Amino acid sequence: MPNDMMIEAEGLAKHYGQTRALAGVDFSVPGGSILGLLGPNGAGKTTAVRILTTLALPDAGRARVAGADVVGHPADVRRHIGVAAQDATLDGLLTGRQNLVLVGELSDMRRTASRQRATELLAQFELTDAADRMLKGYSGGMRRRLDLAAALMTRPPVLFLDEPTTGLDPVSRQRVWEAVRELTAEGVTVLLTTQYLDEADALADRIVVIGHGRVIANGTPQELKEASRGARLEVTLTAPYPGAAEAIGSLAAGPVHLSEDGRRLSAGVDSALGLATSVVRALDAAGVLVDNVEIRQPSLDDVFFSLTGGHLAAEDDDPGNGAAGPEGARPEMEGAGA
Amino acid sequence: MTTTTLRQGPAGSGIPGQHPAAVAGRLRDVWGMTRRNLVHISREPMQLSDVTLQPVLFTVLFIYILGGGIPIPHGSYKDFALAGLLALNLVTSTMGTAVGLSTDLHGGIIDRFRALPMWQAAVLVGRSFADLMTSCICALIVAVTGLAVGWRPDAGAGLVIGGFALVLFFAYSLSWIAACVGLNSKSPESAASFGFIVLFPLAFVSNAMVPTQHMPGWLQAVADWNPVSAVTAGARQLWGNPNPSGAIHAWPMQHPAEAALIWSALILAIAAPLASYFFRRRTTE
Repeated sequence: MPNDMMIEAEGLAKHYGQTRALAGVDFSVPGGSILGLLGPNGAGKTTAVRILTTLALPDAGRARVAGADVVGHPADVRRHIGVAAQDATLDGLLTGRQNLVLVGELSDMRRTASRQRATELLAQFELTDAADRMLKGYSGGMRRRLDLAAALMTRPPVLFLDEPTTGLDPVSRQRVWEAVRELTAEGVTVLLTTQYLDEADALADRIVVIGHGRVIANGTPQELKEASRGARLEVTLTAPYPGAAEAIGSLAAGPVHLSEDGRRLSAGVDSALGLATSVVRALDAAGVLVDNVEIRQPSLDDVFFSLTGGHLAAEDDDPGNGAAGPEGARPEMEGAGA
Repeated sequence: MTTTTLRQGPAGSGIPGQHPAAVAGRLRDVWGMTRRNLVHISREPMQLSDVTLQPVLFTVLFIYILGGGIPIPHGSYKDFALAGLLALNLVTSTMGTAVGLSTDLHGGIIDRFRALPMWQAAVLVGRSFADLMTSCICALIVAVTGLAVGWRPDAGAGLVIGGFALVLFFAYSLSWIAACVGLNSKSPESAASFGFIVLFPLAFVSNAMVPTQHMPGWLQAVADWNPVSAVTAGARQLWGNPNPSGAIHAWPMQHPAEAALIWSALILAIAAPLASYFFRRRTTE
């Protein structure tokens, strides 16, 4: 195919009974890059992955992975992909090593090559000590790492990771991130679904936000952040004043809203140095007394909320995931290896 | 059409030359799945006891407890009973196929297999081969236990082995019916209940443990045409053991080995394609 897109989805739609899981989704992933598919639970992320990995048939639309049509040539697709799904898809009664060797053999690898690759991956994911124990006894983090190792057995050019770090502790999470970064350095194309904005931010070259089965936003992490970076200005006046809105109109990024009692003004603003001072000066020049000025930066959760109408993950109490400030950047990593 | 999805293994490859002969690839897939299922059986003591402990228990219980009360013309109960015990054990152990497949389909593991470039039907074929191998172990244990309690075949080695093969072939074909059940059951538990509802009557309404001559007329007719009766009588005939059914005029009882082969082949010819169809239906979403 004269096309450098390794994953292409066009108008993908899928119903499960009465539920519409996908309502026409388009995106594409250039070779060697990471796409973060971001959305809350039930947004349609997993359905999109299931279609792209040949596990589900789309009701409408088409998709190609590594140049092969997922409906017309599923066997060709399967030969080029590695999948680490959300549910445990490895065999609890086999050892870690047996699981990997089985995946290799079922993917047409020779037995010796399969064993060699398994040993290599077990070492890479620090599972050598547990290699010959039954998977049943693995911790959640170990299972996820083995899942990822299984997806990498055949060195596939395209990798699908469905919420690879959900439920992982910060250390395991960081390890998975590192592994994914190393892969793209080798030219592997990755589609990663996640509920965590910081994960998409840290790993993805492009982010597609989906909600209710549709693409809500599509861009680089930088673009998405800038598109919703606008802060919120809220001013409380001592008394209602007719010319107040006009006085700060030039500072606002959009229309200025006036509250019913005429005392509160609010507007979207672009962050700028000395904005509060400029606001107060402008109102002072217009002869208005100001009680309070507040400029609120939206958190990443706010950004997500404004796009999807739903919160990221209600159960998520890790402050590192939602906070926009520099302090939100995983301080838990310190000493975590001790 | 029915098998297109299942054949999207190496055979469906659009990249000729990169993969060895499709048949070899399929055999490797089947062997991989067979080994996986054998590991399972070795790790699940309950599953293993079906083919190790149960045959010993059944053999000893039936021969010592029932044996004294059932007169067998021209022979002893233990010589009569062993073919029946073999059939009973192998028929009831096919429940494992239904439960195993159902368990696979309810876990996430089936998604893993479906996203691999393997011959998808290997999931079914590998399961049936693993179950055939455990059936062979079961048959061996029945034979050893039988010999220990005094069972003696009265035929050449070839015929004795032929008798075992006859019963094993039947159990293998029956495991494909069990596969159909497993592929259609809502849970592994409901697949297990298949054993009690279908397999036990199938095994017991037959000449396996008692001669059918003493059954009420209608039940005797059912028993005489029950494939389990043909299989059991066939094994008795090949082993030179007492076979009271030989006096019954129903065709399968006059030609038990032939009837057993016809039954087994017929069941296999219907149930195996049906299982592939159910598998495809179950794994399409």
